Amino acid sequence: MTTFLTRRAALLAAATCAATIGLTAIAEAQTSIKIGYAISRTGPNTGGAAVTTIPNYELWVKEVNAAGGIKLGDKRVPIEVVQYDDRSNAEEAVRALERLINQDKVDFILPPWGTGLNLAVGPTLNREGYPHLAATAVTDRAPELAKRWPNSFWLLGTSADAAKSLVELLSKLRDEKKIGDTVAMVSIADGFGIDLSGAARPALTNAKFKLAYDKTYPIGTQDLAPIVNEIKALNPDVFIAFSYPPDTLALTEQSRIAGLNPKVFYTGVGTAFPLYKQKFGKNTEGVMGIGGWSGDSPAIKDYLARHKASAANGAEPDRWASAVTYASLQMLQQAIERVGKVDRAAVIKDLQTGTFDTVIGKVKLENNMPTRYWWVGQWQDGEFYGVAPAGNEGARKAIVPKPAWVAP
Amino acid sequence: MSARIAGFSALALAALALLAFVPRLGNAYYLALAISLLQYTVLATAWGMFSGPTRYVSLATTAFFGVGAYTVAVLGEILPWPLVLLTAAALGAIVAGIVGLSTLRLSGVYFVIFTFGLTELIRQLVVWFEVNKSRVLGRYVFVNITQADIYWQLLALTAAVFLLGWLIARSRLGFALRVIGEDETVAKHCGINTTFAKVALFTISATVMTLVGAIMAPRWTYIEPSIAFNSMISFQVLIMALLGGAHRLWGPVLGAVPLTLLFELLSARFPNTFTIILGCIFLLIVYMLPRGVAGLFEKLSTRTSGKTAQRVAA
Repeated sequence: MTTFLTRRAALLAAATCAATIGLTAIAEAQTSIKIGYAISRTGPNTGGAAVTTIPNYELWVKEVNAAGGIKLGDKRVPIEVVQYDDRSNAEEAVRALERLINQDKVDFILPPWGTGLNLAVGPTLNREGYPHLAATAVTDRAPELAKRWPNSFWLLGTSADAAKSLVELLSKLRDEKKIGDTVAMVSIADGFGIDLSGAARPALTNAKFKLAYDKTYPIGTQDLAPIVNEIKALNPDVFIAFSYPPDTLALTEQSRIAGLNPKVFYTGVGTAFPLYKQKFGKNTEGVMGIGGWSGDSPAIKDYLARHKASAANGAEPDRWASAVTYASLQMLQQAIERVGKVDRAAVIKDLQTGTFDTVIGKVKLENNMPTRYWWVGQWQDGEFYGVAPAGNEGARKAIVPKPAWVAP
Repeated sequence: MSARIAGFSALALAALALLAFVPRLGNAYYLALAISLLQYTVLATAWGMFSGPTRYVSLATTAFFGVGAYTVAVLGEILPWPLVLLTAAALGAIVAGIVGLSTLRLSGVYFVIFTFGLTELIRQLVVWFEVNKSRVLGRYVFVNITQADIYWQLLALTAAVFLLGWLIARSRLGFALRVIGEDETVAKHCGINTTFAKVALFTISATVMTLVGAIMAPRWTYIEPSIAFNSMISFQVLIMALLGGAHRLWGPVLGAVPLTLLFELLSARFPNTFTIILGCIFLLIVYMLPRGVAGLFEKLSTRTSGKTAQRVAA
């Protein structure tokens, strides 16, 4: 009889486990915290969501539930997940959220991946009073949005800030006589590229850099060799590409082939991806890009190890928004635990005012935004360290000039 | 006959009055679903208005929808809302007029390909302009319009579309289009100005689609070309109209309503296998219901009346 009971208990435990892993358990009142999200599993956003967002959501849920759940008062309650595919479509994302709120009656919502979708779901989350921790959106209107929607938190900063940090780093390097003042800049003709180049252009001119090359290329451009060859002929000191992952890879590959090796080589989204390291190996040394993290900090090292252990095929996180995404989940958990119950208004208030202990260090928000960001990172010895802003804790010194490309 | 029309209009008015109370239910999810239903009903009906009688298969729905959405993105914060809608409608009509005049001489598969390309053309033009001239990609729409407002506007547009469709079908224009659909050469020989008839109806249908885009835009806050010009809309509208039966004014509704509900059900229950199931359903529709649900109804009704006739004869 005892064996039968234990077997039944084991079965029950297994079933609960399967349900949480399958992420669709059935509700049981007050014994769990229901967390919902709609994420791009199909469509153009899939790549970004699969690298940066989904593994972190899954890692966090797994870890919290393994520890017994989120602490509410003096008991711990497990997280129960409801999730949908937003098909990378704004209308679908809005509807999925309305379904989560009204039909599934979830307690909290995790945001979708990317700037566009985060902006699309903003009004809904604001109207329904859910905290909105946007960890993968870069927009210059972030401060204004935070005012408009006090429940929204913009953790990745503004593109103007990103351009400013990069130009500050370049000015410092020029003052140290490490580089000259010719800059070649290319950008993708899409949201990210236009915003960043729009902010960098005046910043570079004001800092008296010579913009020898300044062109855009359409999204989906296959052959970037002409651009790279033209730039090589100009022999600039600095190469800046505000690019997306596919063209970040293509520009790097093409530069290696053509032997474009300026003193500063900077590429956009994707430089911080583990895929970049896999593809270019030793050739990543000295390459700069957007993002970065304090690779020496024990918290980040521990996070990297846990992420590798948890993700499918031991995938590594990217070195920019991944850690921020995970930190946003820690913040949400700490806010809920401090409030001690599912009181969304109080949780929002706590997020606005509290201090949080996360993998990216201590975070205290001001006007719903962090005060420190990593804007320029550099591959050094197989790790993508943050190098600017130099005032950040754990900032490394940039390696300039970039070492020559080696044969793969 | 007039009694029947009176009965129909009374019924339609009652349904309209009843539907106007949906936002009062106070459930945002059902409201969202209702908005979605109305959106596709209007789009599919407008599509059927032109493509049904003429049998020109158009994939340009997204192009006009996107023009409407983008008009709101550009003018939404500058002009009062009715003016924004008027501008959107006018823009849609102008684009449709130009496109219609230059392409409705094409027919068959050439027209299909052109309309598909049109969406991409307009989208790339918008991107080019934003990149090189305005230097922003992605615009914000902050207008004071609630979900209920969107719903009511769509409901009014639905009513207008059905009224318009009914009036056209009874007019000389509607008759001309049916003749064109049967045989364009014959229509020309009968003295019908085929180009005028086609362009006129294409423009009307496109204007309605543009208005839908404009009305829907405030739902998203943020608009960029890939959101406004999402070619999935063209295909969904096409398949809805085909399922319902595009040769009847009321046909596309029979496709739009069940398919919208089905998409909703599938994405809620099978989020990960949604696209596979969708593909299978499309295949089934094309193979099993070549004339749509409306065609099925007609077949059934002729069969029953045929049987009665036989019985009477026996």
